[in-house]
Amino acid sequence: MSESFLLRYVHEPDQGELDAYLSRGGYEGLRRALAMAPEQVTDEVEKSGLRGRGGAGFGTGRKWKFLPRDPAVTKYLVVNADEGEPGTFKDRTLLECDPHRLIEGIVIAGYAIGAHQAFIYLRREFHRARGLLERAIAQAYAKGYLGADIQGSGYRLDVVVATGAGAYIAGEETALLESLEGRRAMPRLKPPFYPAVKGLYMQPTALNNVETLCHVAWILARGQEWYRQQGAPILFSVSGHVQRPGVYELPLGTTIRKVLEAAGGMRPGRAFKACFPGGSSAAILPEAYLDTPMDYDLTKLDVYGSMLGSAALIVMDDSTCMVEVVARTVEFYRDESCGKCTPCREGTVWITQVFDRILHGQGRTEDLDLLNGIAKGMTGTCFCPLGESVPPAIYSTLRFFRHEYEHHIRTASCDVRAAAHA
Amino acid sequence: MPDLSDAAKTEIRRLMAQFPHRQSALLGALFVAQEEAGVLFPEIVAQVAEVMRLPESEVTSVASFYHLFRFKPEGRHLIQVCTNVSCLLNGCDRALERLKHRLGIEVGETTPDGRFTLRTAECLAACEIAPMMMIGPDRHGPVQPEQIDEILGKYV
Ligand SMILES: Cc1cc2nc3c(=O)[nH]c(=O)nc-3n(C[C@H](O)[C@H](O)[C@H](O)COP(=O)(O)O)c2cc1C
Ligand code: SF4
Ligand code: FES
Repeated sequence: MSESFLLRYVHEPDQGELDAYLSRGGYEGLRRALAMAPEQVTDEVEKSGLRGRGGAGFGTGRKWKFLPRDPAVTKYLVVNADEGEPGTFKDRTLLECDPHRLIEGIVIAGYAIGAHQAFIYLRREFHRARGLLERAIAQAYAKGYLGADIQGSGYRLDVVVATGAGAYIAGEETALLESLEGRRAMPRLKPPFYPAVKGLYMQPTALNNVETLCHVAWILARGQEWYRQQGAPILFSVSGHVQRPGVYELPLGTTIRKVLEAAGGMRPGRAFKACFPGGSSAAILPEAYLDTPMDYDLTKLDVYGSMLGSAALIVMDDSTCMVEVVARTVEFYRDESCGKCTPCREGTVWITQVFDRILHGQGRTEDLDLLNGIAKGMTGTCFCPLGESVPPAIYSTLRFFRHEYEHHIRTASCDVRAAAHA
Repeated sequence: MPDLSDAAKTEIRRLMAQFPHRQSALLGALFVAQEEAGVLFPEIVAQVAEVMRLPESEVTSVASFYHLFRFKPEGRHLIQVCTNVSCLLNGCDRALERLKHRLGIEVGETTPDGRFTLRTAECLAACEIAPMMMIGPDRHGPVQPEQIDEILGKYV
């Protein structure tokens, strides 16, 4: 039986105060890390099995090992606090409720990779988080948890908070680096494949998600063996038609059904219809997949390109018009496309035009093949994963909810809505 | 239209000093300018470019990429109604209709008294309180249409 720890203190109003954080065992992970060699810290994180919580699920320790060890090479740590994937709100929760945990994770990560400068790229709309984080950073500097000679170890790390300016694509790691360099947030050409090789200012850079670094703080505080016994906890953001939307801490591999139950299940009188298991970039899954484990393991969730992604479970009940949901989702990608490559820039526009037609009673039977064709044209052809996020929702709903599209086209009306409001 | 104040220029220089490369301060600098001037008028953009020693065209290009910069005057309070999936599922349409009706404006417009500008927004990472909106820096939700008058009343 695992204990909840990532969320243990989120309801303590004073958790953002350094003294309160310390009294609850805060910065013990850092103390332990500073007594180890940097390589040992990286090993500890690698052995813990931690995979990045930003969406791609890359092994954190492994990622750090790609950075050169040479102390003469300037390295950076960049924190992705731009949380923008629709349905995801766990990073904001951690930032607002446990900011010192993130700072502790940052110092540990910086020490492990040999960086002396870290940047937090914070979503601009996170006003509350920014105030709390800046306060916590000032406290950490004042008490020697940041700055020169951290806790008498001789290790130095400075942290600067930079904000975005409203652009979902800036969450993609290379677009984020561009944005942090003061340019348009457009993804960079690969190779080099990893910021670990050429990142911020073309220097080796470790880029990690907020939740990832909070895990790191806990792993160092309690040891990787203890962490593994917890069953690889992960924060699920659960929203949509559930009784208690919120952030839930459960082991990786928990089934969709169990996550849904943790959030209080469906609302009275309503039945489950479908869900996005990993934010709106994942394929939509119907009831038949409720017992699928929510895991990075591709053999499990990979139905029409569905995935765990940012672990944002968006639940839809039987009153939901799937055509409307997919239309809105594609509109999001259309508006957030950076415009760099044609399949994404044009494909998202064409697809929304077809959806507009269908939803306005002017759909044609051929439109379903057309949608499928455009989605195919975008698969494997986009410059970055944003464009590739569009086809899964199209493929999966054309397969599982085809009759809803057909009904709209045939009758110019929505039977789901009509039934829900009857 | 006034020039950027010395205080704003000093703040921009402070931001520049935080980074190994000064251009990294650009988004922050544009917010400093926008907060002071209200709008990123071309003359204001030019002054940001001058303080930062960057080409004006580059500064304009970067500013135009991001959603949160404004190029025409807006109201004192920006209302951002999230219309992404979780908020859609929880009835953001009704809240938005009510807002449009009470304010007498469409999305993208500003009330004649200059009090509010109404915009829709993508997921604001607060889906646990869907349907939600932000007014200035404040989050509100779940927003029931009946509560809208009371919420608006807090902003003068
Ligand atoms: C379009 C797009 C948006 C993304 N948005 C975010 C985000 O808001 N926050 C985040 O941590 N990762 C986001 N990612 C994933 C990052 O590119 C990157 O993989 C991650 O931040 C790495 O950190 P991790 O290894 O700790 O997960 C996004 C990726 C893509 C393609
Ligand atoms: S896929 Fe879309 S967001 Fe990504 S580079 Fe191409 S146009 Fe830009
Ligand atoms: S969908 Fe509205 S806050 Fe996330």
